[in-house]
Amino acid sequence: MNKSGLVRFYPFDEIALFTTMTKEKQKISANADNSKPYIEIKNISKSFDNFVAVNGINLEIKEGEIFALLGSSGCGKSTLLRMLAGLETPTTGEIIIDGRDMASIPPFKRPINMMFQSYALFPHMTVEQNVAFGLKQDRVPRNQIKEKVMETLKLVEMEAYTKRKSHQLSGGQRQRVALARILVKSPKLLLLDEPMAALDKKLRGQMQIELVNILEDVGVTCIMVTHDQEEAMTMASRIAVMDQGNIIQIGPPSEVYEFPNSRFSAEFIGTVNLFDGKIKEDRPDQVMIKANDLDADILIDHGVTGTLGMKVSVAVRPEKIIVTREQPDSKYNWTQGTVEEIVYLGGFSTYYVKLDSGKQVVATQANLNRTIHERPSWDEKIYLSWLPVSGVMLIK
Amino acid sequence: MVIAIPLIWMVLFFLIPFAIVLKISFAEMVIAIPPFSALWEYSEGVLNIKLSMDNYLFLLTDDLYIRAYAKSLKLAFISMSLCLLIGYPMAYAIARSGPSIRNILLLGVILPSWTSFLIRIYAWIGILKNNGLINNLLLWLGIIDQPLIMLNTDIAVYIGIVYAYLPFMILPLYTNLVKHDYTLLEAAYDLGAKPWKSFVFITIPLSLPGIIAGAMLVFIPAVGEFVIPELLGGSETLMIGKVLWQEFFNNRDWPVASAVAMVMLLFLALPLAVFHHYQSEEAL
Repeated sequence: MNKSGLVRFYPFDEIALFTTMTKEKQKISANADNSKPYIEIKNISKSFDNFVAVNGINLEIKEGEIFALLGSSGCGKSTLLRMLAGLETPTTGEIIIDGRDMASIPPFKRPINMMFQSYALFPHMTVEQNVAFGLKQDRVPRNQIKEKVMETLKLVEMEAYTKRKSHQLSGGQRQRVALARILVKSPKLLLLDEPMAALDKKLRGQMQIELVNILEDVGVTCIMVTHDQEEAMTMASRIAVMDQGNIIQIGPPSEVYEFPNSRFSAEFIGTVNLFDGKIKEDRPDQVMIKANDLDADILIDHGVTGTLGMKVSVAVRPEKIIVTREQPDSKYNWTQGTVEEIVYLGGFSTYYVKLDSGKQVVATQANLNRTIHERPSWDEKIYLSWLPVSGVMLIK
Repeated sequence: MVIAIPLIWMVLFFLIPFAIVLKISFAEMVIAIPPFSALWEYSEGVLNIKLSMDNYLFLLTDDLYIRAYAKSLKLAFISMSLCLLIGYPMAYAIARSGPSIRNILLLGVILPSWTSFLIRIYAWIGILKNNGLINNLLLWLGIIDQPLIMLNTDIAVYIGIVYAYLPFMILPLYTNLVKHDYTLLEAAYDLGAKPWKSFVFITIPLSLPGIIAGAMLVFIPAVGEFVIPELLGGSETLMIGKVLWQEFFNNRDWPVASAVAMVMLLFLALPLAVFHHYQSEEAL
């Protein structure tokens, strides 16, 4: 665990909260037609020479959903997106959109439009010409083109810049134009390839929310690709965590965060403490684990089971760990350690605690008390504890 | 200091020679050394400047000059267009090929110019002449029963100019095309443009600076080309470079030769000005 992990962590709770709030209305539209998925990706694979970029992925996406493919570079998320756009041909598998197989349809005829990472605005054309380009290809009558272009530019608040060329626009403005250029075609599916990567950090947060608002207003189905978990959680109603061409976990942001299904998922999203151990007791709906690094055993009391002696990991998020000076009166879920580092972040502090075994554990505590003396300090012996509901047992 | 070096170069090798030629073009021919009259004389405390427009007016009296200019411009224009038609696909293919093959292909474009220009043009005589390579091959294949007359025709001149100047078209085009962002074409496909439409609406407009640079590099030297028409076009081909040569060396009429050169420069300055205008507009 390093301090950069902590920077990632900070805005997390706020955003998670925000996401659950904004997603409510979306879920309604997404659930409107539950009978069949709008987009079906069936067993799709892509190999380059001997390298398997995408390895038999299955996905179903509902109409109006904003779906994020999340993974580090080289995990196959961009290749999957390019296959949807038709820019790469799948080695195996099918892509079905609104009941239509896309295999034989070339990219210029697909009802899918993509916003490129670099935005790929045509540098020799004005904003207006860029947005009109797609409609011209569809032979839309001239007066209708003009009307639609202005309408879409208004939607993205770029109507004042129609005559500008792309090099005369800021990064955020370019993104809006790129968005207008694909929205104007009213595609059935919108693909966003790292939509915020070309923007500076300050602008990102603001644009993430704005982009989601526009997409929700239009009601377009959208698949985005990102390596930034914060971005995925802010924007998407569902996330697929990808690694080495496979999908590791699919679910709403809060589910992926609270109930990771694997070590990879747990570590990729947010900060996590992982404790290795063996199952010691398996009671109905409860599991007791003997952890290698902890003073007490771990008890997990929600929907888990396993065979005795099985090697497992337990994931505990830093905000779920309680830091105290007194020994907890529970028999489970606690350990002793020494405060190695404290990072004060205003609303809360992050404690880096070294256990006797040498393992480092990260815990965040809300700063409820105002004076510094009431909180544990450097090199102090403290106790870490958590509730039986807080841990998640991982077997892979 | 760094700016001064190209400036000094321009003054020494462009401006001063230009001024000398300009000066001679206003003089009169005399049989002396040098073979032209002085522009100014200082005698009895009076400075006499004699500017003669006769040389320029003379160019209008004989339609030989006008025909020679027209022919040169036409020949240069057609050669330039042919170079563009042949050079663009080549430059495009090179720019699109893998980095390892790319350098070999580029070398292939440049390699011929490592041999003497004159020898390469002589080689074309061997290929094009009546009992040359092409005619012998066609006769042997039985496609023709009489040799085609190719040498000493305009066609031979076109072949020679296009052959010699093609690299000057390919290289600036390649430099431009290799920088193109391929995602722009992908974006065009994605927005519904068929590949050929993407080429017409994206690739060609974006390569315009390269097209213009290549066209200028072919057109300008082709107008004044002397060696190729002389060797491949035979004695009948009337081109301004040849007229210039004849005025200068055969007639020893330096003032008229200078006037011919000045008018030619005027013709060439025009497209250059257009080019410059376009470039400064691009920079905006």
